[in-house]
Amino acid sequence: MERTIERLLFFAAITSAGLTLLIFIFMVILGLPLIGEGRFFSLLTTPWSPSHDLFGIYPMIIGTLSIAFLAMRFSVPLSMGCSVLVTLYADSTLSRFLSGLIRLMTGIPTVIYGFTGIFLIVPFIRQIFQNGSGMCILSASLLLAVLIAPTMILFFTDSFNRVPAAYTLAVDALGGTRAQKLFYVILPHSIRGILSGMVLALGRAMGDTLIALMIAGNAVAVPTSVLDSARTLTAHIALVIAADFDSIEFRTLFACGIVLYGFTTLLILIIRGLSTEKEEVP
Amino acid sequence: MKKSRHQIWQPVLITLIYTGILLIPVTLFADTATPLSTFKGMAGTIKIAGGTAHIPVMKEAAQRIMKTNPDFRITIAGGGSGVGIKQVGEGLVDIGNSGRTPTDEEIAKYGLKLFKWAVDGVGIVVNPENPVKKLNRQQVKDIFAGKITNWKALSGPDRPINVYTRDESSGTRSVFWKKALEKGDIIGSANFVVSNGAMKTAIANDPYAIGYVSVGHIDKSVSPVAFDGVIPTFETVKNGTYPIARGIYSNTKGEPGPLTRQFIDYLFTPEGQAMIAQKGFVPVR
Repeated sequence: MERTIERLLFFAAITSAGLTLLIFIFMVILGLPLIGEGRFFSLLTTPWSPSHDLFGIYPMIIGTLSIAFLAMRFSVPLSMGCSVLVTLYADSTLSRFLSGLIRLMTGIPTVIYGFTGIFLIVPFIRQIFQNGSGMCILSASLLLAVLIAPTMILFFTDSFNRVPAAYTLAVDALGGTRAQKLFYVILPHSIRGILSGMVLALGRAMGDTLIALMIAGNAVAVPTSVLDSARTLTAHIALVIAADFDSIEFRTLFACGIVLYGFTTLLILIIRGLSTEKEEVP
Repeated sequence: MKKSRHQIWQPVLITLIYTGILLIPVTLFADTATPLSTFKGMAGTIKIAGGTAHIPVMKEAAQRIMKTNPDFRITIAGGGSGVGIKQVGEGLVDIGNSGRTPTDEEIAKYGLKLFKWAVDGVGIVVNPENPVKKLNRQQVKDIFAGKITNWKALSGPDRPINVYTRDESSGTRSVFWKKALEKGDIIGSANFVVSNGAMKTAIANDPYAIGYVSVGHIDKSVSPVAFDGVIPTFETVKNGTYPIARGIYSNTKGEPGPLTRQFIDYLFTPEGQAMIAQKGFVPVR
């Protein structure tokens, strides 16, 4: 009986791991013509303009990175503040209410954010800066910041709560303030949890399609300011997927896929590195 | 006893037969009176995808048909003309709509059968607040190529022009690009939207926007711009004076099946054609 269960579980693990690997192999094989022609690396550095036979994805790589990192720039302080409030400063009723709200936020579909963004953030940004259409990197990253905040808050509060009570009680016994407790005990002890949360949130920001597609404007030029319209790799795939299967446009999508896969793998490796290190620390 | 009973029933039978004979032509007549009743008794699903300009007409037709025949189900999706042609070609949907003529390659590759049920224009639109109401071809080309970047140069407000365009799959885009821009460039910093509906929403919300949309979609929320002196309207598209026009197609892979055939036939009935005109497209009959 136990062996059957063991085999079933083993099979499930192999399938899911195998699928991930197969997807990568599939993308490489379909992208092979590009790599073979030596065009893969030039795709990463050239612009996109099918009517001029240019199929580069450089603007989209820049778009993805700038939207994701700007979202992090907004979301990290926000999530940090919220986590500190929940774990350290708020009384238990407020804390429970906030935690409930945050858990609820993780379940909101991104299309809802996108939809609200079109009618709230976009006109707001356009009015404030009096420049451009409001569909820009800034608008998209503000919304993405809200989207990824719950992920980070859950990770942060989790790691704050895992700081041994003996340590925090010791600070209280010494007559330390809550700020001292935070800066000298809690933060140093939960630095890995904080980093893991940030890496995971960054991955989510890079992988999100809908917010960028609806809010960022999808321009194919390389953005030069946060008020410029930009296109992410994911939005690019969504927009070009409709092209003919045999076209070069369609084939270059595999380059986008490989780059995205590369980004995600890198982030996963970072998390892996962080968590194994943690196990070694007593 | 038996006989008498028979005799009693005879007049009833005769009347029944007579009224039956009388009723048959009446029902036949009723069947031909409204095209919708020809759907009676048909059950099944047809899937429609592709051109986003088609959607208002598809929706209206589907609603009318499904209201009288609840067993006849119709699903409608967008995606753009490219998607429509590809999906019908791959057999994923029954009808693939396109706002452009499918290319000879596409027709040959998938064995497409084309049904052109309307003519539509592609109108240049701005926000109703925008005072600019007319442009010539050169100005339009320069705006979309990024050579004119401020409304001031067109005697509008001193604000940058926000150019909106559609993705490569769009039939509206390909017609606009060929007939208005004469295959000229579209600036890379233009915003991309994914349907005629999304274009209308974007222009309606952005006071400094310019874009292009199916004439059938133009309403009070956006303001049409005269192109070389001709305002894109139902009339100017119909009489051929507005130059940026195209056929509206529903395509099938080979001969359509009975349900699909029925749906397409409905578009060509006087009732269907009136509905198409009411939605702002120029019917072919």
